[in-house]
Amino acid sequence: MVKPPDFIAAMTGSLNEEAARHMVTRTPQTEALGFQFVSISEARGAIRVPWRADLVGDPETGVIASGVVTTLLDHVCGLSIRAADAVPQGTLDLRIDYMRPARPQADLIADGHCYKLTRTIAFVRALAHDGDPDDPVATAQAAFALIGGGA
Amino acid sequence: MSSDTTPAERLAAFLARTPYIAFLGMRAELAGDEMTAILPFSPHLIGNTLLPALHGGVLGAFMEMTALAQLAVITGGPRPAKTIDVTIDYLRPGRAMDTYARAQIKKAGRRISSVHVEAWQEARAKPVAAIRGHFQMPTEG
Repeated sequence: MVKPPDFIAAMTGSLNEEAARHMVTRTPQTEALGFQFVSISEARGAIRVPWRADLVGDPETGVIASGVVTTLLDHVCGLSIRAADAVPQGTLDLRIDYMRPARPQADLIADGHCYKLTRTIAFVRALAHDGDPDDPVATAQAAFALIGGGA
Repeated sequence: MSSDTTPAERLAAFLARTPYIAFLGMRAELAGDEMTAILPFSPHLIGNTLLPALHGGVLGAFMEMTALAQLAVITGGPRPAKTIDVTIDYLRPGRAMDTYARAQIKKAGRRISSVHVEAWQEARAKPVAAIRGHFQMPTEG
């Protein structure tokens, strides 16, 4: 199957904004969740997921399910690694702490930072918030294996 | 703990009340007190179209929902438990096929429970991912 060039660009090489946007919005799962590209900068990335009724975890509260936060944080970690010009092969582990419920019907924004790269591993921190990054909904710490690292 | 509903009724109620579980397409079966959660393959679960592989977040979320479902089976109230923290280990690529998971409640506390979950595809002995998590138990009434 021939892949579109922007998909290849999103997976390898240096990350421009168009490739980053593609990585965030065009994989089947992130498209299904409605992820929106926010920004990339050196070793950092940000993604938004708009609130939607079918993504709710507890209908009595109307808060987005923690499972959506898991995928959001995993994806923003991968985006941050790409923004550090490395290519993630896959997540090794991902630890998530849920500090508080998101506000009902609130969009969520995730910020990731790839703070250390070795030849084989990327170490990433991320948080998800509903408007104020200083009052996060969840924080994450992850390690990813890198492609081309000989792991 | 409630005795006016059966485990099967509590499981069905949990699955039916959670919109995100319908989004995933997850279901679960009870054999006595042992629950197996099933995530049928669906194209919208793919995170990497080159391999192809399930999105890692989907596997993590599926296992977390499995833990919450298992806790719903042992508790009576209508409210689900809340996730405090999870640590997800990715062991093998989640391939484009059905995934199964079972949860073990390591400690069922009055306020906080500790749950381990393993997910597998072709062979139970070769899990694709696992989680350990802590969950805030719902308050009665």
